[in-house]
Amino acid sequence: MIGPRSWVARRLLLGVAQTAAVVLLVFSLTEALPGDAAVALAGDQPDPERIAAIREAMHLDRPAYERLADWASGLLHGDFGTSLASGRPVSSYIADGFGPTVLLAVLTMVLLVPAGVGLGVLAAGHEGRFVDRLVSSVTLGVYAVPEFAFGVLLVTVFALRLGWLPPTAVGYGTDLLDHPAALVLPVLVLLSRPVCSLARLVRAGMIDALASPYVAQARRYGISGFRIRYAHALPNAIAPCAQQLARTVDWLLCGVIVVEALYVIPGLGTVLINAVAERDVPVVQGLAVVFGLTAVVLNLGADLVVHRLAPRAGVAA
Amino acid sequence: MNDVPDVSVNNSRFPGLRRRGFLAAAGGAAGLGALALAGCAGSGTAADPAKGDGKPKRGGRLRAAFAGGGASETLDPHLANLFADAARAKALFDKLADYGPDLSAQPRLASAWEPNAGMDRWKVTLRKAAFHDGKPVTAQDVLYSYRRIVDPAKAFRAKASLEPIDLKASRALDERTIEFVLKRPTAEFPNVLGAFGAYIVPEGLKDFDKKPIGSGPFRFVSFAPGESAVFKRNDAYWDGAPYLDELEFVVANEESARANALLGGQVEYAHELNPATARAYENKGQIQIVRLRNSAMQGFVMKTDRPPFDDKRVREAFFLLADRKELLDGALSGAGEIGNDLFGKGYEYYAGSLPQREQDLDRARKLLKEAGAEKLKVTLDTSPVAAGFTEAAAIFRDQAAKAGVRIEIRTGSKDSYWKDILDSGTLASYRSGAMPIESHISQRLLTGSTTNATHWRHKDFDALYQQAQSTKDKKDRAAVYERMQRRLHAEGGFLIWGFADWILGTAHSVRGVERKAPANSLDWARFDKVWLA
Repeated sequence: MIGPRSWVARRLLLGVAQTAAVVLLVFSLTEALPGDAAVALAGDQPDPERIAAIREAMHLDRPAYERLADWASGLLHGDFGTSLASGRPVSSYIADGFGPTVLLAVLTMVLLVPAGVGLGVLAAGHEGRFVDRLVSSVTLGVYAVPEFAFGVLLVTVFALRLGWLPPTAVGYGTDLLDHPAALVLPVLVLLSRPVCSLARLVRAGMIDALASPYVAQARRYGISGFRIRYAHALPNAIAPCAQQLARTVDWLLCGVIVVEALYVIPGLGTVLINAVAERDVPVVQGLAVVFGLTAVVLNLGADLVVHRLAPRAGVAA
Repeated sequence: MNDVPDVSVNNSRFPGLRRRGFLAAAGGAAGLGALALAGCAGSGTAADPAKGDGKPKRGGRLRAAFAGGGASETLDPHLANLFADAARAKALFDKLADYGPDLSAQPRLASAWEPNAGMDRWKVTLRKAAFHDGKPVTAQDVLYSYRRIVDPAKAFRAKASLEPIDLKASRALDERTIEFVLKRPTAEFPNVLGAFGAYIVPEGLKDFDKKPIGSGPFRFVSFAPGESAVFKRNDAYWDGAPYLDELEFVVANEESARANALLGGQVEYAHELNPATARAYENKGQIQIVRLRNSAMQGFVMKTDRPPFDDKRVREAFFLLADRKELLDGALSGAGEIGNDLFGKGYEYYAGSLPQREQDLDRARKLLKEAGAEKLKVTLDTSPVAAGFTEAAAIFRDQAAKAGVRIEIRTGSKDSYWKDILDSGTLASYRSGAMPIESHISQRLLTGSTTNATHWRHKDFDALYQQAQSTKDKKDRAAVYERMQRRLHAEGGFLIWGFADWILGTAHSVRGVERKAPANSLDWARFDKVWLA
């Protein structure tokens, strides 16, 4: 018999193992990339002497296992190493990019949950009727539009044509909260697809739950429709959404590159893009570890939440 | 005459100063038609009498958007690598010389330079200039800066350019005079003083990101790598205080974001726009489009030391395969000019008298037949490392097919492209930013050149270069350069089909942006002569 305690312990252990695997994978994958940082940095001046000097300055002449050992032991102490390109600590890159990314993620989630759940419940409540069909078709339509296209459309209409909102957050740096208007469009773009998928999931879950035997039984007991809908059906309908929400948060926290590039938001996605372009391997590795860790933690969290909301999922697993 | 002592001579060598004022007037009041005309003709033809706001005005903050390098950005001018780095370095620091619109060296911190008879010792006099902390710019600062650049432990970009200088033997003669001892005669030594990244910093300065001190037109205010850099007017600037109160560089890596920020009024200057954006807004009146001509050479390199290109008839046949107009229209959306297989169209010493080469498939076929290279198959290396590369490769493949030459395109890695094509392969896409023709030759076309992608190694050609470098008289030197270019035009390894425009966008309030300034020249991204109307 496995108690809930040991289930949590096993789940946590699995998380640790996943993290270690992430670290190893990140290092070996970056090593396996063709070309090397020195060549990329020399660019259109591939003077062999210059390349050799860059390579030496970056310690690329040391064997890979030595660099892995140094790096992994540093990670244990929270030391992500230093950037090849600037000599600044990688942790400062991550810290700088984290603020804007977290801000966007939090704003998006705060709006996403009520909007998605609300739309889903609304549609389920009018199943088969006009409201349901309207919500269903609009969410399907918006879901089909990729972020970059939606983003460009919003900029063109609301920033350039109507002039209501600033087209980008250029020059605002990390103090985005001082410029709330610049956040409206990026948050809208980030919301667009998750809201649709969440609404559709909730709608399906609600319809299922409302058609289930326990709801029928509850109705026979004479429990009010409101209570049935929100206290009994909804938690069951939301349970499957927890994983979906975790994936959305993960997607948001890893820096949505398209949105950051289009609106010039200096978040983690931008840090990643720049580091990749510059072959700044320590920064890429540090970010990959952070992203890997985020995914592990969020999935862990989602599993625990599902476990709480609908214990049968844990039993099934 | 290499002596360019005082300001008046300096100004007369800057015809741009007058044109700048004129263009601003045309852009200011004449409206869109005249503006478009000025944009197309480069120098403009329609005079506009409404010069009311043509007079420079003081004040205001200009925000300029560039593609940047993210959180790794630095204000160390010797580490400058990107256009954004160069633009920021130019605002804070000065070089001894810089390049004019024809890429000839113009004096900056140096007020005069005088070689000895052998052209291997140069006496450089500094003008009276001060760093932002009030200390004068001295010969010691110059020597410190150059020695820092050539430090073998560092990989500063300008190191290769300063190679001709023997810095151990060079010395300060007095506070404002330096004697540079060179390893060999170098008539074009002023070009070295204007090299990309060869900025003068105060002796001992190492921390550039917290408090960079230069002698440039703007003083440091704040810097957030990858986001913004704010500078303010240096009232004591030796070349006249800038008109702007403040200058802010902001980073937006996506071209669409730069364009949107400009259209939405978040910035007044957007660097590096696409031809498509330029076309979309050129006549709409929302923003001004500035095309900087002759900014980037576009072409292919043929390895002249291996088959099939070790036969000069094959090289000539390839010159004749190219339909340059089609390449320009297809690969660069027409934003540029066609080339004549010579570097540096419009630059000092350019052999403009040579006839423009046109596509001639019959003659190409004949040459290939003579060379025994009918049904030739060649692999063309390319990579999406620069705009238009892969497009140009595909267009050239189709053009060559018309003469029976089969070109197979091989697309290589972006990261290692420049190194890969240096020594391997036979035919490859190539581009180059603006630099003096002499620098192009010394870096790419001599036996000992470090980036000789055409493997052009000829003792007699090297000798001509040395001869030019030992020739004091400029006219005589020009004749030698012409001979060298004649040979390159006839049988060189560079198939140069075009020169791309560099496209900027500015708000209508921005005046004084120089239009005759190839990217990397003095007046490109220069903000001390710009004002807001």
